[in-house]
Amino acid sequence: MRKLVVVGNGMAGVACVDQILKYRHGFDITIFGEETHVNYNRIMLSSVLAGEKSFDDIVLNDIDWYQRNKIRTRLGVRIKQIAVNRRVVADTDGGEVEFDNLILATGSRAFIPPIPGVDKKNVFVFRTLDDTRALLARAVPGLRAVVIGGGLLGLEAARGLQVQGCNVTVVHLPGTLMERQLDATGGLYLRKRIEDLGVKVLLGCRTESILGNGHVEGLRFNSGENIDAELVVIATGIQPNVELAREAGLMVNRGIIVDDYMETSEPGIYAVGECTEHRGQVFGLVAPLYEQGQVLAATITGNRGPEFTGSVPATRLKIMGVDVFSAGSVHEAEPGVESLKFEDPAQGVYRKVVLKDGRVHGVVLVGDVSDDQRYVHWIKSGEDVCGMRRQLLFPPPAADGGLDVAQMPDSETVCGCMGVTKGAIINAIHEHGLTTLAQLKERTRASTGCGSCAGTCSRLLKAVAPDFEEDKIKTICACVPYSQDQLRGIIRSQKLKSAQDVLDIYGNGRGCEVCKPAISYLLDVVWCGDHVEDRSARFINDRVHANIQKDGTFSVVPRMRGGITSPAELRRIADVAEKYGVPLVKVTGSQRIDLLGVKKEDLPRIWADLDMPSGQAYTKGVRMVKTCVGSTFCRFGTQDAISTGVELERRLENLFTPHKVKMAVVGCPRNCAEATVKDIGLVGQDGSWQVVVGGAAGKGVRKADLLITVETTEEALEAAEVFFQYYREHANYLERTYDFVERFGIEKVRKDTVYAPPDAKRALIDRLRKSKDKSYDAWLERNNPRPAQFIQIEPLEVAK
Amino acid sequence: MTRWIKLTHVDNVPPREGRVVRLGTTQIAVFNTEQGFMAVENRCPHGGGPLADGIVGGTTVTCPLHNWRVCLKSGEVTKGCADGAPPVRTFAVEVRNGIVMLGVNAAEAAA
Repeated sequence: MRKLVVVGNGMAGVACVDQILKYRHGFDITIFGEETHVNYNRIMLSSVLAGEKSFDDIVLNDIDWYQRNKIRTRLGVRIKQIAVNRRVVADTDGGEVEFDNLILATGSRAFIPPIPGVDKKNVFVFRTLDDTRALLARAVPGLRAVVIGGGLLGLEAARGLQVQGCNVTVVHLPGTLMERQLDATGGLYLRKRIEDLGVKVLLGCRTESILGNGHVEGLRFNSGENIDAELVVIATGIQPNVELAREAGLMVNRGIIVDDYMETSEPGIYAVGECTEHRGQVFGLVAPLYEQGQVLAATITGNRGPEFTGSVPATRLKIMGVDVFSAGSVHEAEPGVESLKFEDPAQGVYRKVVLKDGRVHGVVLVGDVSDDQRYVHWIKSGEDVCGMRRQLLFPPPAADGGLDVAQMPDSETVCGCMGVTKGAIINAIHEHGLTTLAQLKERTRASTGCGSCAGTCSRLLKAVAPDFEEDKIKTICACVPYSQDQLRGIIRSQKLKSAQDVLDIYGNGRGCEVCKPAISYLLDVVWCGDHVEDRSARFINDRVHANIQKDGTFSVVPRMRGGITSPAELRRIADVAEKYGVPLVKVTGSQRIDLLGVKKEDLPRIWADLDMPSGQAYTKGVRMVKTCVGSTFCRFGTQDAISTGVELERRLENLFTPHKVKMAVVGCPRNCAEATVKDIGLVGQDGSWQVVVGGAAGKGVRKADLLITVETTEEALEAAEVFFQYYREHANYLERTYDFVERFGIEKVRKDTVYAPPDAKRALIDRLRKSKDKSYDAWLERNNPRPAQFIQIEPLEVAK
Repeated sequence: MTRWIKLTHVDNVPPREGRVVRLGTTQIAVFNTEQGFMAVENRCPHGGGPLADGIVGGTTVTCPLHNWRVCLKSGEVTKGCADGAPPVRTFAVEVRNGIVMLGVNAAEAAA
């Protein structure tokens, strides 16, 4: 077997090996990697820094892949020398490995400009997983962080640090962010978006030195100004790792020089990836590097072709909520170049298509990048687009929801990262009977880079695969195009605290009566009540803590825990009903008393006169715990239903839930308070409690499922609490427990709640307690009402 | 001729919310939208619901009773009605020195 040595265990090198494995290659393969990790998706490091992904999420080839393919892997080893004549490589420990063929995939490293003080502590680069981990370890909330460099990587680093809670400033030497990919206007739109996220941007600033005694304390600019900094990230570009090749006598310029077959100047030695220079061009983006890998795999297995002929540079910024795409040549300086532009400052959308001789030469998209691959296709194909000038800035109306897959030519690239065309995807679907996106990823590698083409891939599957089942993502509404699960993740990872922030960054900025209450609920539960409450995003019931009726009046239901009241309370209720002329007093089905037809302006005074807590009868929250008399008086009672019910209500009251939560506790299986058709029910029996969940007696009737049977009252209360918090955290807004339990299945619910590992159970209880600590009786807002919340405003002057 | 009446301090109408101002027998729903203050009659053409209590999205308010949507600029009902409801009456509003001012037709004001 011929020996193939690959120096470099990064994306380009391993992808090339992956391609070689597709041939009958006959190689004995050894890969050397200087990092100690298996091949991971370096472009996703920004997502790791921003807390959106874990390291496991970005692994491209796990250790099993190396073993399965019999690839010898030497990680954490740096090759220091190539002895070209002896055909061996030597590592830093003096170990030597022979090769017949050698692939250099040494990649590149962060370029560090010669600024005095770059060696100080807490000055980082952002290039590897270890860099990312170091940054995450250091980035604490409130830390003043400065990113030097406002290119792609610098901006992604800045956003990641800002998500971690740092106060981030981006310092950039040119006058435009991402100036290599954007024009001045596009840069302005991007700057606005970045600043909206809370990242400060300083342009035209040359850093003269990094200040500090041992560790960094600030930066000095050549203008003489200083800024404070406790952490600095240098993101001023990358430089190819060429030293090894240069010392071995290979032809090297900025990168290792390769021809169209990825051959270096030395026979039998090849290079691929960011370390290469092809026709005077070096590459820093993933798509051309994968293309190089395909070419090299063919070459090294004895083929002559395909050839690498360079590529269209295309860049996409990966910051959630900040969509930027750029491809080709975007500056109009050349003669014969013209451009078409569209600007919508209110929506933050900017589009520019650069034309040369009637062909698309480049494109800049900010704010809406849904049809980016259209432009890449035009740039690559070089077709004359003069006849379509009116459609160039926007997709034709038929393709309003994105790109219409039927209209895409087979040659069009769907996955720009992995270079997978529509034709290749369709062939793979037919040939291998693929039905899921996961299978498609595995087979074609499409959508395994930046992942932005997942939607197009799904649409292709849907159109072509007969058995395709779409992952049903139910979005809340058109204002915010995410599922509630996704939104929970976004709110948590992006540390969003207010409904308007969610709408501004991830929605249309406006919202509606459907999404606003849902987002408000999600914020409350994700942050355990420690969010920024925005009453404008709440339904009127949750602003005035009463239930609006058909005539615009309100109903008032005070809390009577467990349905227990007293003569004094009843007297106050009667007094209130008389004093405020309440038209209807009704005993409810929930063992409480409802005062109906109350005027909004009377609410705060009525609450004060009642001197009872809010019964939350108007909101998606904890309604009541109905009880039977239980062992207190009943001849048949086996358990103390009343005090257990009162305690359960105390523990959960004032909390918000996806939908209303009605509960009941009964002292014996005769079930007088109907616990088996409640969201949560406790059914007492001799010596134990049954805890049942997901019951209903509304539009439909559903008998609750048994969650668990326990011996003590405390265990029963805890089981109810654990389920309650689990429902709060996992159900969709407006999903009752009976739909939730059916959707999840009672087995899963049991496994994740009462039978969960002790720390998971503890964590649920802890989050419940945290929310509970933040909660309060809403009717106490009578002491400090919001401006004009309850009154009708009298004009300052009378109309005459 | 339009007369301008001082209604209330801007602080009494928080962002993206509505409040009711009583002008004689008419209830006016004043909103503080992303595009400035706007006012309509506080009566949904569907069931007379209090529009001032609705959720505001951009320059649209949704009636809290049955989710009819009303455009605050034009008064048009944009969602809910099957066969065209009459528009809601709109009023001219301006903010001067932190005071919301309502523009009323002199003849109407007299009536």
